[in-house]
Order: sequence, then structure tokens, then C-alpha cells
Amino acid sequence: MSTLPLSGSSASAGLVTDVIEFSVVDGPGNRFVVFLQGCNFDCLACHNPYTIKECIDCGICLDVCTTGALTMVADRVVWTESLCTGTDACIAACPYDSTPKARPQAVADVMARIRRASGFLSGVTVSGGEATQQAGFVHALFSAVKAEFPRLTCFVDSNGAADVAVWDGLDDVMDAAMIDLKCLDDALHVQLTGKSNREVLSSIELLAKRGKLYEVRLLLMAGLNDSDELLAQTGRWLAGIDPTMRIKVIGYRAHGVRPSALPLVEPTAAQREHYADVLRAEAPFDLLVI
Amino acid sequence: MNSRAIGYDQKVRRLAALADGVLPYPALSTDAREALDARIICDMFEGDRPFTPRYVLPDYAKALRQGVKYLELEAPCDLDDALSFLTILYSQVPSVTTYPVYLGDLDSLLEPYVPAELSDEQLDAKLRRWWIQLDRLLPDAFVHANIGPHDGRVVRSIFRVERSLRQVVPNLTLKVSPETPDDLIEDAVRTVFVTGKPHFVNHPMMVADHGAEYAVVSCYNSLKTRGGAHSLVRLNLKRAVERHPGGLDSFCDDSLPHWVELTAELGEARIRALVEDAGFFESNFLSTEGLIEQERFSLMFGIFGLAECVNELMVHEGHVDARYGHDSRANAAAHRIVARISELVKQRPLPYCGGGDGFAYLHSQSGIDLDLDTTAGTRIPIGDEPGMLEHIEVVAPIHELFPAGISDIFHVEETVQRNPRAMVDVIRGALAAGMRDFTFNLDSNEFIRITGYLVRKSDLIGVEEHGARHSSDYLAATAEINHTVTTRAIKRVIAAELSPIG
Repeated sequence: MSTLPLSGSSASAGLVTDVIEFSVVDGPGNRFVVFLQGCNFDCLACHNPYTIKECIDCGICLDVCTTGALTMVADRVVWTESLCTGTDACIAACPYDSTPKARPQAVADVMARIRRASGFLSGVTVSGGEATQQAGFVHALFSAVKAEFPRLTCFVDSNGAADVAVWDGLDDVMDAAMIDLKCLDDALHVQLTGKSNREVLSSIELLAKRGKLYEVRLLLMAGLNDSDELLAQTGRWLAGIDPTMRIKVIGYRAHGVRPSALPLVEPTAAQREHYADVLRAEAPFDLLVI
Repeated sequence: MNSRAIGYDQKVRRLAALADGVLPYPALSTDAREALDARIICDMFEGDRPFTPRYVLPDYAKALRQGVKYLELEAPCDLDDALSFLTILYSQVPSVTTYPVYLGDLDSLLEPYVPAELSDEQLDAKLRRWWIQLDRLLPDAFVHANIGPHDGRVVRSIFRVERSLRQVVPNLTLKVSPETPDDLIEDAVRTVFVTGKPHFVNHPMMVADHGAEYAVVSCYNSLKTRGGAHSLVRLNLKRAVERHPGGLDSFCDDSLPHWVELTAELGEARIRALVEDAGFFESNFLSTEGLIEQERFSLMFGIFGLAECVNELMVHEGHVDARYGHDSRANAAAHRIVARISELVKQRPLPYCGGGDGFAYLHSQSGIDLDLDTTAGTRIPIGDEPGMLEHIEVVAPIHELFPAGISDIFHVEETVQRNPRAMVDVIRGALAAGMRDFTFNLDSNEFIRITGYLVRKSDLIGVEEHGARHSSDYLAATAEINHTVTTRAIKRVIAAELSPIG
């Protein structure tokens, strides 16, 4: 496997932001979701920007923690979950888009929590951050899930910016992926995310060809990446891959987003319906607008 | 008599209840009388002189096969006749609310009358007409029908009709077994999103307790069909612990045996009055024509207020912050108390309780409108529930101890409507974890569960000024305030059928 894991992540341990035992919005059925810390994009519209970077142990967050849940031990910030009251003041104070709560967790630790919820699940989804940045850990986790619970499906929720070697490496244990397409226009994509969309487009084509593309998500911001022309072009490109593709159109919502140089505007319900009309004019997609 | 907010029918029923209230109460010991007056034990305000069993579950399949002589009804031959037959029979099924609490396992009852040439549209139209009749003739949310565990044309039609009509009546329970197709459960989930119905029950667990002939009636009471429950008496664990200065050990060893005995005495007095004095089973046509059998009845022994009881005992034990639902010591105490009550109930023989092999059935009683500050049954207080997985892990182990019914309500976010399959996963998991009976409240739903029965939010607005067509809405209007189910302010309304008169 060619991907280099982030520090704190290896095949047997990942840098985990958090887990959710029951999620109804991260793929088919009820799913256990693992959020991995660290992302290779820096999106203006990121809803959980504290998952983007790794903690640098600066200790700024210690000043705002009133319960003693955060301490400095041997130059490292240590979070004690049992003392935490969950105000997230630490996350609000972090100037580096990180969180002191993300911690290395072994596959066995995550598996213990999955085991407890397993009877209630359709599967496991790894999200982020960017899941493929810790592909070695994802592979190890999915292998463990498949070995113990063959019934459960394993999904990756990704920004798509991963090379073919990552998808090759995950192929034997990953049932499907959900890919965000922030923008088909590359110049605008760079503005929105800080990176080119070249790998994203390749990932969508590759996964669709392998039958492993569960859905493509389009996050649309009013007046920014939602022009009829761009949307129709996106629809045509996706239809060329699979005209019945499952597409989730997500109207941008400001919740959790950092202040931005570009104006980020929430589309109205009418605008969201219009997006659906524009896309439906291109192909009979399995379309969901939220 | 002069109220503008109560309809004719409702006035007649209240006057009857008043008349019942002037008759002498069955003889009780001084201790039982004192406990009843202090509402530590409770008779559910069924009336002072029992003349009908509380829950009657006629064998409707047998009635359809053999006809009913008393009602001069012959066995029906087609669907229209069967629906008419059942409607007439329902009008003659007694209960303490005056409305039948059980309408039958409707899919298995009606499936034989659905010919292949009848289209789904035609079937829907017939059932839709009938469904409207039931809601208007039997306006009470405790009127309950069962469906499942097998797939069929009738159960699918019932779900379609339910979603199109959005009625309170009838309440619905889907029996679920491992063989029930996922697709049928998913159809039920889609119905929950629209109407808050059905409940989901653990079919294998019920069959193990009651045999194949069982049903869920009224407010999730599970009983034998062709049988029922003479009465429901209940023990208020919150009040019981208020008279107990000691800790958990002495509560289980000394207090519980005392209160369980007094509750059983109250039940026995009511059973004897019903069976021996009123002679119900000697005279009622359901009994004389074999549609119910006295030997398949028992007493329901209800408990409620477990949460407050446990939390108070934890204080007595010096664990001030240990709360039921959140602390392992509190959860262990809850399980111990319930297990102890179950043991005591199984050691206290009762007459005419062949349905329970001579003993009462334990029931986690979901409460009535008067239960101020006391949590329904064995539930975790509303608003204090932990995450769903932990919630299920805490409550599931006690479900098996309640053959006559227990129910928990899970609150789910409306986003789940886009992913009903997720609910199927949770239902399968909950049943496998040993849950007996549960349902879901969707945050955005027009229908809400109050303690266990269902009301439409819009029906609660202005109940006092304008009255309500469903008598259960009166209960809901007060229960909603008392249980802080929502924050909407409703003026207090007395529910005559289950509350004290006057």
C-alpha cells in the first residue's frame, strides 16, 4: 500500500476523532461511524473544521478547560474523557483546526465498541477528516469487521482525493464508497478546497467501474458552485459514468463553518428543488435533495 | 351534566361510572384499604364494583367459524359479511372503558375472505371504509388490533390505509419473528413515520410465555386470546419507597413482600367480586359460547415508578448521583427490585387465574393522567434517556420478566425517514437483545405517544373548551402536562373513566 498514514496512525492504530454507535445518515441502514482525524483538503465550507489537522500539543486549549479534563503530560496534551463535560470550548479555542480529543485507537479498541452495537447495524462507515489518509488503518479495521461480522458492510465516506493505489489496497474489504464532488470546475475546486479535483474525478470513475460507488454527494452553495450551466455539466459527466447513479444533493448549511473570504450562502428550499430539476433533465438519477 | 365540552355518549358513560362509585367496595383488610387510600396500591379506578373483566380477548377466529347465537349471527361467507360480523361483535365486547380493547389479529382473521380476484385497490377501499367506521364507532385509543408476524395482502393493505387515514383508532401491534420479512417491517416503519403506529413485539418471547394464542391489547398489555385479565392492580414503587427509610436490601427483604401481598389482596378481592358475586363467566355469551374461557384469564399485577424508587434508594445508600439509566449500581438495583417482585408474585397463588397457572402476570404499567412526578412502569424518565444503544442495554434485561407487557419508547430524529432500513436494523437488534415491546416517537410526528396510547397533537388543542371525540384524548391532555411529554400548555381536564369521580 502506497499511502502514508498520518503520524499516530498505523495499520493497527488510527487517529480517531470520535465514533457514533448509531447513525442513520452515513450509508444504507443503521451504521457505526468512525471519524478519523486529518484531511488533505481545507474546504471553505467544512462543517467540522476541527477534524482537518493533527493536534500540535500547543496547550492553548488547557486555558479554556474548566474541569481539568485537559492536562499537559510530557509535552503532550492529554484528554481525560471521564472529566470532560462536552462543552467543546477546547475546539472553539483551537487556532489550528484541530481537537485535543482525537486519540490513537487500536483496531481492537474500535472493534470492542462495534461488537457491542453489532446486532443493531447494517454496517460500518469510516468518515473524517479524510478516511483514505489513514488507509492502512481502514484496511485493518475492515478486515477485522469482515472476519468477525461477515454480515456487516464496510463503507468509506471520502472526498475522493486518493490515488488508485489506495482504492486497490482497500478493494478486498471495502464494500462501497460515498464520494463528495465539491465542484466539477477545477479552478473553482481549488478555490473551494485548496486542491485540484483530478483525483476526485478519477476515483468516481474507478469506483463506479468496479461497482463500488454507493453515491456521489454534491454540496451546493448559492451563487458559488450552483450555476445551471455548471450543474448541467456535472449531470452530463456523471450520467456518462452511470445515468442511474445515486446522487445526494446537499444544500450548504452554515452550521459549524469557519469565517470565509468568499461569501457562503445557504440555498433556499426552492433553489434546492431547482438543482434537482436541472440534474433530472440530464439523466434518470436516483436523486435525493436535502 | 351541564358541561358543554362532553358529548352525550361521554356523559352517559360518566354517569354510569358515578353510579358504580356508590356501590360498596369488595371487602379489604385495614392495611389494604389504607394502602389503597394512600395510592400506594391502586385499582386503576376501574370502578368500585367489578362486573366485567378489564381486558377481554375473544376468540374471533372461532366466532367467525361457528357464528354467534346470542347475536343471531351466522358464520360469514365473504369479506363484506366478515367485516359486518366483526363490527357487530365488537359492540358487545365488554371492558372497563366500555370499548373493546382487542379487535383481533386482523390479517390472519381476514385473509381467508380475500379472494384472488379482488384487486388491491378494491381491498384498500373496503378496509378504508371499515377503518373509518371503527374510529368513529369506537373512539378510544385503547382499541387495539394485531397484525403479523407473516406477510400477506391484508397486512399490506392495513398499512396503506393507515398511512392514508392517519387515525388514532385502532392502535396497532405488529408481531415480529425472525421469519418476518425485512420488507414487511420496513413497510411498518414507513407507517410509524406517518401515524406513530404500530408497536413492535417480540413474537417468539410472547409465544414462550403465553403460547401461540396471544395478543397485545389496549396499552401494550399482552394476554392469552380466548382469555384476558380480570383486573389490573398496581403498586406505586415511588410511594412505597417513601415509607421505607432503609436501604436496598431491606426494601427487597421486608418492604416489597408487604406491598406485594397487599396488592395481591386487592386483586383477589376484585376477582372474587367479578367471578363469584357478579357471575360474569356464568352469564356472558362470550363465555357460554366458548369465545372466552375463564381458565385463560388471570390478574395483571402492575408496577410503576421504578425510576424514582431506584433513585431514592440510591440516596438512602449514600450514592446521591446514581441515577437509573446512567449508573451501573442504579441499574443493578432496578433489575434486582424487578426480579424480586417477579419472584414474590410467582409465590402468591390467586383464584381463577388459570391463565397464569394460578398466579398473576407481571406488567410494567405505563401510567395514567394522575401519575404526577412518577415515571411510567419501568421506564427511564422522559428527557433523561441515555443514547439508544445504552438505553436498550439497560431496559432489555427486564423485559422478559413482564409477560403481561412492558414497553419502551425510543425517540428518533426525523432524518431517519430517508433511511427506514436503519429502523429495521434497530428493531431486529432490539428484539434479539430481548426487548418485548417498543415503539418510536418521531420528533416531527403529528402523532405522539402519551405513556403508551396514541393521540394526535391537533386533537389536544382546546380539549377543555370544545371537548374531544376520542375519550382517550382527555387522559392525554392531562397526562401531557403531568409527564412533560411536550412543553405545550393544556388546561387540566379530568378523565372520568379512569380518574376518581367528582
